[in-house]
Amino acid sequence: MEYQSIQEANEAVTQKILESQPFLLDVVPAKEVISELDGKALLHAGPPMKWENMTHPMQGSCIGATLFEGWADNEDDAKKMLESGEIKFVPCHSVDAVGPMGGITSANMPVVVVENKVNGKRAYCNLNEGIGAVLRFGAYNDEVINRLQWMKDVLGPALSKALKQIDGGMNVNVTVAKAITMGDEFHQRNIAASALFLKDIVPYLLTAELPEKELQEVTQFLADTDQFFLNIMMATGKVVMDSAADVEEGSVITALSRNGDEFGIKVSGLGDQWFTAPVNTPDGLYFSGYSTDDANPDMGDSAITEAYGVGGMAMIAAPGVTRFVGTGGFNDAVQTSDEMREICVGNNPNLSIPTWDFQGACLGIDIRKVVETGITPVINTGIAHKTAGIGQIGAGTVRVPLGCFEKALEALAEKYGVEVE
Amino acid sequence: MLYTVIKKNLYQDSVSLMLLTNHLSAVEGVTQVQVMMGTPANKDIFKSSGLYTEELEDANPSDLCIVVDTDDESVVENVVEETDSYLNSQAEASQQSTIQVVRTWEMAENKLSNADVALISIAGEHATAEANKALDRGLNVFMFSDNVPVEDELQLKTRAQDEGLIVMGPDCGTGILDGVPMAFANVVEKGNIGIVGASGTGIQEVSSIIGRNGSGVSQAIGTGGRDLSSEIGAITTIRGLQVLDEDPETDVITYISKPPAPEVREKVVEVFKTLSKPVVAIFMGDKPKEAHGNVHYTWTLEDTAHKALELATANNTAGYNFAADEDLQKIKDNNKQRYIKGYFCGGTLASEAAMIVEDALELDASNEHPEGMMLQYEGHEVIDLGDDAYTQGRAHPMIDPTLRVEKVEEAAADEETAVILLDNVIGYGAHEDMAGVFAPVVEKAKEQAASEGKAFVAIASVTGTAEDPQVFQDQVDKLKAAGVIVTDSNAQATKLAVEMVDYLNGEKPEAKNTAEAEVKDDKVQELISSKPRVINIGLKNFAEAIMEHGGDVVQYQWAPIAGGNKRLAKILEKLK
Repeated sequence: MEYQSIQEANEAVTQKILESQPFLLDVVPAKEVISELDGKALLHAGPPMKWENMTHPMQGSCIGATLFEGWADNEDDAKKMLESGEIKFVPCHSVDAVGPMGGITSANMPVVVVENKVNGKRAYCNLNEGIGAVLRFGAYNDEVINRLQWMKDVLGPALSKALKQIDGGMNVNVTVAKAITMGDEFHQRNIAASALFLKDIVPYLLTAELPEKELQEVTQFLADTDQFFLNIMMATGKVVMDSAADVEEGSVITALSRNGDEFGIKVSGLGDQWFTAPVNTPDGLYFSGYSTDDANPDMGDSAITEAYGVGGMAMIAAPGVTRFVGTGGFNDAVQTSDEMREICVGNNPNLSIPTWDFQGACLGIDIRKVVETGITPVINTGIAHKTAGIGQIGAGTVRVPLGCFEKALEALAEKYGVEVE
Repeated sequence: MLYTVIKKNLYQDSVSLMLLTNHLSAVEGVTQVQVMMGTPANKDIFKSSGLYTEELEDANPSDLCIVVDTDDESVVENVVEETDSYLNSQAEASQQSTIQVVRTWEMAENKLSNADVALISIAGEHATAEANKALDRGLNVFMFSDNVPVEDELQLKTRAQDEGLIVMGPDCGTGILDGVPMAFANVVEKGNIGIVGASGTGIQEVSSIIGRNGSGVSQAIGTGGRDLSSEIGAITTIRGLQVLDEDPETDVITYISKPPAPEVREKVVEVFKTLSKPVVAIFMGDKPKEAHGNVHYTWTLEDTAHKALELATANNTAGYNFAADEDLQKIKDNNKQRYIKGYFCGGTLASEAAMIVEDALELDASNEHPEGMMLQYEGHEVIDLGDDAYTQGRAHPMIDPTLRVEKVEEAAADEETAVILLDNVIGYGAHEDMAGVFAPVVEKAKEQAASEGKAFVAIASVTGTAEDPQVFQDQVDKLKAAGVIVTDSNAQATKLAVEMVDYLNGEKPEAKNTAEAEVKDDKVQELISSKPRVINIGLKNFAEAIMEHGGDVVQYQWAPIAGGNKRLAKILEKLK
C-alpha cells in the first residue's frame, strides 16, 4: 500500500477531487469517442443489465434508441431485436460515460466531452432533451424521436462549432462555483448554471455561421431547457471521480448509480467493482393523477453528482428545491446537508455555499462513516412512470440502500487484511 | 367534468405548484386537479394526464393554470379559494430547532470545538465506551447513565484523575455548572455556595432551599452514589471538594452524601480538614459529629441548607473584581500601603472584624483588648471606639462621630493604610445621619490622596433596616456616592478588606491543600470557571435546559455503531 492509513489515502482521493480542472471541450456523436458503440450497441445507466431485467421505462428508451438509429422502423420490430440479444448492452460507466435516468445512449446521439486538464482524462454524457415526454424517462413517440434527430443534426453540431472557438474549452469549475451561489445543487436544479452556460455560449453561436433558423432553434432550445447543464455536470462528476479513483486506496465513494433494479456504488480502494443492493423507489412530489404506486424504482447515472458532493448532498445550496425533502422548509434543508456532512471526509472550498455559512459542499463520502452511522446519501432525482412511454411523473429524493455500503465494507476489510470472527 | 381557471401573470415555481396540487387534491369533491404554469411542456403534461382543455390553448407561460375534474361545479370555487390562501401563506412552519444535532463525535467537535464536558445519558452498556471517547478528547464527563459496571467506573475515574479531568457519575442525577443545570436540576440563582453530592435529590433539595432563601449556588458537582464505596474510594468526591476550594466564586462548600464505606468516610473527613473554606457536611442517616475546625456536620437536608446559608451570608464577597478597581491598582504600586484600619462604633462588630482578620493572618487571637484595641498587628489595627477609653467626657461614637472622623482623616493620610473599614449602626437613638457625616470626609480624603497621586479604599456596612429613621438604603446610597464600598454585612466588609490586602500582596489566600491527588493541567477548574460547553449524548431535553440557561450545547444523536451489527462494528474499529 502506498498510504500509511485509510485516512491518508482518503485525503489523497479528496485532493484529486479538489485539484481537478474539468473543461467542456466539444459535443460529438457518441460513436466518435466510444468505440463500443460501433455496431449495434446501447449504453445504459447503472451496473450491468440484461434486457429482461430492465424496468419498462429503460426498455422504452431502448426501443426509442433503436428507432432513432434506424435499426428498426417500428416498435414491434425494435422489441424483437432487443429481446433476441441482437443489440449489445454496455453500462455507460464502463466506457467513460454517464447517462441520466435510463441512460440509454446510442452511436449517433451527440455527447458532451469534458476533459480534466490535470491528467487528460475525458468523460461523456448525452445532451439534455428537456422535460415531459423524453427518451430518458422511457418515452419514444414520434415527437421524441424527431427531437433526437434534431439534436443530432442541429444542436450537437452547433454547440460543437461554438465550443471549438473557445480556446481550451469552457471552464466548468467557474460555472459551477457561480451557480452554486445562485441556488443550484446541480441535480434537481440547474437553472442558474444553464442560464450561465447560455450566456457564455451565445457569442460563439453567433459567430458559428449557422443558418438563421438553426441559430434561432438552438438558442430557443437552450433558453427553454432549465436542466441543460445537468448532463454537463454529470460528465464533469464522472471525469473528476474517475480521476480520484486513480488513488486506488481508501474508502471514498467514486461512483453512485442505479439501473432501476440495483443501486451500485464504487469505492476508491476497491477498483472498478460495483457493490450493489436492490434500489429504493423515490419519495417525492407527483404530477397530478400519479402516486408512488406509479413510480419506477430509482434509476440513472445522475447520482454521480451526489458522489461528487452536490445534488442531494448539497441540498442547502438550493432553497428553491428544498421542499422536495418533505413538508419542511429551510431548516430541513440545513439538516439534510448537515446530516450528509456526517458521512463525508470534508468540505469542498471550491463550492462555497452561501446559505450554509459559506461552508463548502460535501467532499468525499466515506463508506466507513455510512456504515457506522447508518446515514445513507440522499439522491435528488426525477421520477419516471413505471410503464414505458409515459415519462416523468414527479421528482423527489431517494436514499442509497445501506446494503451497498455493507458489502463494500466487507470487501475493504478483505483488501486491508482485517479479519474478524 | 373539467373546469379551467387561469390566473394571469401569477408565476410560481414548479415545486410550489406540485405542493399546491397535492393540497388541492384533498379538497372535497375533487376527482383530479392539476396546477401548472402555462408552458408548452406543461400543456403536454395536462394532455398526458387527461386534463387538457381548450382554455389552456391561450394560456401563457406566465399564467397559472388550474384544471379541476369534478362532478360538482361549486367545488371549483373552493379550489380557487384554497389556491389563493395557499399562495398567500407559503411560509412553511418548518421545525425550528436551534440546538445543533449531530450523529458522530467528529461533527460534534466540529460544531463545538471548545466543548468541555460530555453529558451522557445513553444505556449503561454503551455509556463507558462513549465516556472514554469523551476523555480521549479531553472532555470532562457527566454520566447520567446507570447500570455501568463498577470496574468501568473505577477505570474512568482513575483515568480522569490522571488526565486532570473529572467524571461525575455514573448514575449522577443532577448537577449545576456555573449556573447551568445538568440533567435533573432546579433553577437556582448563581451564588457563593458550592455543593458536592452523591445524592441527586439531596442536591436538589439543598439547592432549592438555598434558592428559596434568596441565596444561590456556585456549582453543584454530582459524584454518583457509588463514589463513596471502597472500590472507588471517593475519587470524584475528593476532586470535587478540591475544585470548589479553588473556585473563587465559592465561599462555602456543602457536602451531601449517602452513608459511605467507613474507611472512605475517614478519607473524606481528612480532606475536609485540608480545605481553606468552611464545609457543611451531611452523611445521610448518620448522627452528626461534633464540628471541628472549619467543618460543620448536619442532620437533615434542611439543616444543611440553612447552615450553608448562614456561613455564606457571612462570606459573600464573591465576584469582586479587584483588577478593575482603579484605586486598588494605585495602591498596588505603592509597596508600603498594605494595612487595614478599622474604626468601629459597635463593639461586637469590631470584635468580629478583628476575628476575621486574625483568622486570615493566622494570628493567635489574644483576649486582651486594652483601650478598645481589638487588633494591632504590624500596621493593621481594629479599634472599638465605643470602649470606655474613648467615651470619657464625650458621647458614644454612635451618637458623636467627632473622634471617628479624626481617626479616618489620620488613617487616610497614613502612607501605610490600604483599606479603611467602618461600621454604621442606625436605629432609634443613633446619630441621625452618620453616612451624611462620613460621606464628605471620605470624599475629601480621597481627593487629597488623588492630588498626591495616591488612593485608599473605604469599606463600610450598615446595620439597620428600611424602617429605621435614617432609612437603610439612604445611608447606603450616601456612602456609595462618596466612593465607599458598601457590603451586606460587617463580616463581608472585613473579608473583602482581607482579600484586597491579599490581592495587593500579590497572592491568593493560601489554600492549605495537601490532598493526595496532585491536580495537573486542570480542566475541571476550567469547566466551572465559565458556562459549560456541552456535548449532550442521549436525552435531548437535557440539551434544551442547558441552552436555556446560557450553556453551549450540541445534541449528539447517538445510535449503536453500524446499527448494532457487531461484526461490522469490529471491522470499523480496525479499518483506520
